[in-house]
Amino acid sequence: MIEIEGVTKIFGVGAEAFTALDDVSVTIDANEFFTLLGPSGCGKTTLLRVIAGFIDPTRGRVTLDGNNLLNQPPYARPVNTVFQSYALFPHMTVAQNIAFGLEMLGKPGSEVTSTVDEMLALVRMTEMADRKTSQISGGQQQRVALARALAPRPKVLLLDEPLSALDFKLRKDMQLELKRLQSETGITFIFVTHDQDEALTMSNRIAVMNEGRIRQIGGPRDIYDHPAERFVADFIGDTNFLDVELLKVEGEQAHIRLPSGSEVVARAAQGGGRTGGEVTVAIRPEHARMDEAEGALFQGALSNVVYVGTDTHYHIDLDSGGQFIVRQQNQPDQRHERQVGERVGVNFGAGIGQILKD
Amino acid sequence: MSKGGFDVRRQTGFTTVAVFCFVVLYLPIILLVLYSFNAGESIAIWEGFSWRWYVSAWENERVQAATVRSVVVALSASLIATSSAVLAALATTRTRPWRGQTLAFALINQPLMVPEIVTAVALLIFFALVKVWTGYTGLAYLIIAHSAFCLPFAYMPIRARLQGMDLSLEQAGADLYGTPFKVFRRITLPQLWPGILAGAMLAFVISLDDVVITEFVKSAGQDTLPTYMLGQLRRVITPEINAISSALLAISVMLVIGFFFLSRTPK
Ligand SMILES: Nc1ncnc2c1ncn2[C@@H]1O[C@H](COP(=O)(O)OP(=O)(O)OP(=O)(O)O)[C@@H](O)[C@H]1O
Ligand SMILES: [Mg+2]
Repeated sequence: MIEIEGVTKIFGVGAEAFTALDDVSVTIDANEFFTLLGPSGCGKTTLLRVIAGFIDPTRGRVTLDGNNLLNQPPYARPVNTVFQSYALFPHMTVAQNIAFGLEMLGKPGSEVTSTVDEMLALVRMTEMADRKTSQISGGQQQRVALARALAPRPKVLLLDEPLSALDFKLRKDMQLELKRLQSETGITFIFVTHDQDEALTMSNRIAVMNEGRIRQIGGPRDIYDHPAERFVADFIGDTNFLDVELLKVEGEQAHIRLPSGSEVVARAAQGGGRTGGEVTVAIRPEHARMDEAEGALFQGALSNVVYVGTDTHYHIDLDSGGQFIVRQQNQPDQRHERQVGERVGVNFGAGIGQILKD
Repeated sequence: MSKGGFDVRRQTGFTTVAVFCFVVLYLPIILLVLYSFNAGESIAIWEGFSWRWYVSAWENERVQAATVRSVVVALSASLIATSSAVLAALATTRTRPWRGQTLAFALINQPLMVPEIVTAVALLIFFALVKVWTGYTGLAYLIIAHSAFCLPFAYMPIRARLQGMDLSLEQAGADLYGTPFKVFRRITLPQLWPGILAGAMLAFVISLDDVVITEFVKSAGQDTLPTYMLGQLRRVITPEINAISSALLAISVMLVIGFFFLSRTPK
């Protein structure tokens, strides 16, 4: 179990001071697949470097199974990193790179050889074992970096966008492989990615970061279905935002009035939030239904119909102003084609809309 | 080549100046090498080809002694200077910025800035005192002096190499349980070797070639090759001097070529 408490990192001093991590606190369980998701420059790599020991935080504590990590040098921490820049040793072969950590741990030669072979097979690099790292492609380098960090079986594996250079097919395969490995070995994975689909499919929990802060932590479903604030809703997936009036809050249930005058029950903001007045509600395009205008929660005119294979996206100009997108799965026997300009209505069920904190 | 753009080759007189410089630089050297093969006694009148001056230099016991001394001093000095330079380069590139880093940098490079003659006189006086205190008059003084002025030449290529190296490789080494010493030996050093060899070669050439400091610091009977040659100039000059110079030139050129290949960035 890794406990990160109030970690703050300020680079530089005075006018040039830049806060890369701002009071980050999170507890990551043993054998968890934990993902840090956020836009470029939000501090993901910085947080990994604090855990690995290459950066001392300005403030805060990091413990692993109750032991303070911050007073241990990087080589004493049972933590391995897959570097964003790979950082493979250019004067060694692929196999020597993978063997390095095991040799440093003083493992016997036979064990080193067998583990290296196992790792090579895992990342499908067996034929390239004797190549220099400058003689393999970017994606192959990335796989070697992964194998090298996995080989010593650390307690915690830090992965800084480890699949970013792979093609779609290999990436999907490696995602499954990583997931399998993680559940088999019991290693805690802290995984950094830009890619929301990757985060949603692989993680036990996700921390969404922005500007050095964790904005929301939760399982993939929590994050996707119940974003806490606008940034999270916007960063992950497509979302419709509606400005509504909050009538009353009863536990998880929030009664709201839409601009059209209809009233509906939405999910209350995470961790409190306002109890009345103007709020924003977020609704995923696939969670809403397009219906006849008559009797719907709100109405508008169809401004665009985009066919994307599995789905069709309906763009609707709302009577109350603004746009709303509904995504519907296509059926093979679908007869009725909607026409641009047609008047349509939108419905969504009770508890579907999520009130945002901000 | 773009038309009408500035092209130094088209500037009036450029070619003339360039050719003149090359002639002034290389013609004397070519003549020197040429006359080392002169069969006659003169360094100005050509009397046919012969190896006789090389043979005579080879058989000259004073030349032999001076050569051995030069090589011993140059090897020891380049070894000491290069080892210190490695440590100095690590301290100036692989640590957090520390107080006095700029000062240390200036001190390391001091021999490049202080006039050599000043250093020579200072060392002469200082070593004279030490000789009185200790009674020791061996080669160590020369080796220490040479180590000192060779240091910046060894330091430069090593530092350049270290600065060009990816810091994240050493971090990866530490991440994979390498203690600082093991990381240095297994990761930093193998990549630093070209820089170290280049620095050592440069230091060797610089030491081999030194006259001023050596002349001031050496005790009686401690001639190196250059100071021996300087001494000979006061007597009758024979092409033997040319032969020795040509041999030195050949060694230096080879080392400089080696330096060039080593200090090229890989790939
Ligand atoms: N050594 C440093 N000195 C000053 N600022 C730094 C330093 N390292 C990182 N930063 C800044 O801290 C912020 C966070 O950097 P970090 O590398 O953690 O981003 P990231 O989330 O990993 O981004 P990416 O997805 O692009 O890799 C960035 O704005 C970066 O410019
Ligand atoms: Mg990063």
